[in-house]
Amino acid sequence: MKRLSLLLMLAPALLVIIALFLGGLMLGLLQSVSYMPVIGLNDFSLDAYKSMFTDSQFLGSLALTFGLSVITTFLTIVFAIITALALRKTFIGKRIVNFLYQFPITIPHLVIAIGIMLLFSQSGYFSRVAHAFGFIKSQSDFPILVYDDLGIGIVLVYLWKQIPFVGLIVLSVLQSSGNDFEELARSLGANGWQTFRHVLLPLIIPGILPASIICFAFVFGSYEVPYLLGKPYPAVLSVLAYRLYEDTDLNSRPEAMAMFVFIAVFISILVLVYKKIVKTISGRND
Amino acid sequence: MTKLQKREPRILHRNPIRNIILLGIVVGVILPMIPQLVWSISHRWYFPEMVPTEFSMRAWEYVGNPSTKVTRAFFNSLIISSVVTIIGVVIGLPAGKALGMYKFKLKWLVELIILAPAIVPPLAATIGIQVIFIRMGVADTMTGVIIAHLIPTLPYMIVSLSGVFANYDPEFEEQARILGANKAKTFLFITLPAVFPGIVTGSMFTFLISWGQYILTILVGGGRVITLPILLFSFTGSGDNSIASALSIVFVLPAIIILFVTSKFLSGKSSGMGGFGSI
Repeated sequence: MKRLSLLLMLAPALLVIIALFLGGLMLGLLQSVSYMPVIGLNDFSLDAYKSMFTDSQFLGSLALTFGLSVITTFLTIVFAIITALALRKTFIGKRIVNFLYQFPITIPHLVIAIGIMLLFSQSGYFSRVAHAFGFIKSQSDFPILVYDDLGIGIVLVYLWKQIPFVGLIVLSVLQSSGNDFEELARSLGANGWQTFRHVLLPLIIPGILPASIICFAFVFGSYEVPYLLGKPYPAVLSVLAYRLYEDTDLNSRPEAMAMFVFIAVFISILVLVYKKIVKTISGRND
Repeated sequence: MTKLQKREPRILHRNPIRNIILLGIVVGVILPMIPQLVWSISHRWYFPEMVPTEFSMRAWEYVGNPSTKVTRAFFNSLIISSVVTIIGVVIGLPAGKALGMYKFKLKWLVELIILAPAIVPPLAATIGIQVIFIRMGVADTMTGVIIAHLIPTLPYMIVSLSGVFANYDPEFEEQARILGANKAKTFLFITLPAVFPGIVTGSMFTFLISWGQYILTILVGGGRVITLPILLFSFTGSGDNSIASALSIVFVLPAIIILFVTSKFLSGKSSGMGGFGSI
């Protein structure tokens, strides 16, 4: 294959992504340091970053966003593995369950956010069920699960969406590695847990790491679901940054841009660390 | 999977833990989609009533009425997502082929650049580039929204396609050429059918990511380009559960149709999901 034709094949995709994505990030960076002559910003300054890192709202949002992403990713992995293992064997009705399992991948976040709201909010269905059984007297007795401090509603939406996404990848990893290792372990006397811990898990984990990174990054940078189901204060980083960006006071724009740059840099560092870890691990095995 | 399927299917209640998990999957998936069905036909449904006290078709009449914004929003959404998908396939096919089939210098860097928008939130980049969009006059237009939607969707399209190209045997292409097929025919009858699962998976991801996009649309479209997610957001915010529910059903229909069409491409050996394991 000639180098030139390879380049031609890649050119359109690279051009679009470099111009729109990397270009956009660069422009965001310039706006965050107040250097953008086109829109009348001429003086380079790091004030936006200084005020961002001393802003207690930002720090609160950062803690919330990071916590939400870690918890969601962890629970996604756990449930993806559990459900994939349950789906792997043959059983009656497998086709229907398999079909349902793929369902969440295609359903937009917004729809499920509304569903979670209608089920879990204080006037939602579970609250009514609790009332009917006499557990609560009024809706305010029902625990706050949506618009709450911990972001439970947000986590539920992401789990619903992401478990099948990671779970399908677990299934494809298990399929491609076959049953040989597992049967061997069993025949050597390993019990169910030992087989899982020492045979299946080491097969699964490397396969789902990339998807887990995608999940983490997605939750970390997302806007829609936390906007709908989260508390206004503290809001997740994207919501806080977008609110600042929309602010009528144009002076808060650089700080908004600084937050977006922070999100991008934070996730990039995370991915680089991950790549480094993968490289070390695979280097050891070679 | 084929190996396993030849065995006798087990009776459902042999392993209680697995049955609980399977039941959990079924209930867990279906449950958050039920309330919208009921809310969309309810008129009065206050706490603590378990069923609506009054039913009405008000929400559906609103949604079905051609003079409301819903019809326009639906077609805007449909046009934007379809165009984004078509552009995605056109750009993604050659790139997917290059990445799936060939080794070259700096391939890791190309892969990194192409995957970046799937990992780093596209909102950051789109807000940065909005200045240019305004200057070019594509802000507040469908064109601008379509361009913006390319950012989060292209990585998924290309990963799905490079996944199938990785298992693709170029021998067949050569055979066809030897037998006298020209470039166009070879592509149409050999390459295209072979990578079809990847095109389907990639298009599915692209269409759905675009279809569900709210923040990029409101940012670039400036509230002038009304799509379904934008209506859905405003009705959810206003607390009109009935209309929000009816809208979310309309919103979810294409997704369900797409799943029926693409389901068999999502799992199995030639699946477009394979690419995601090797990022």
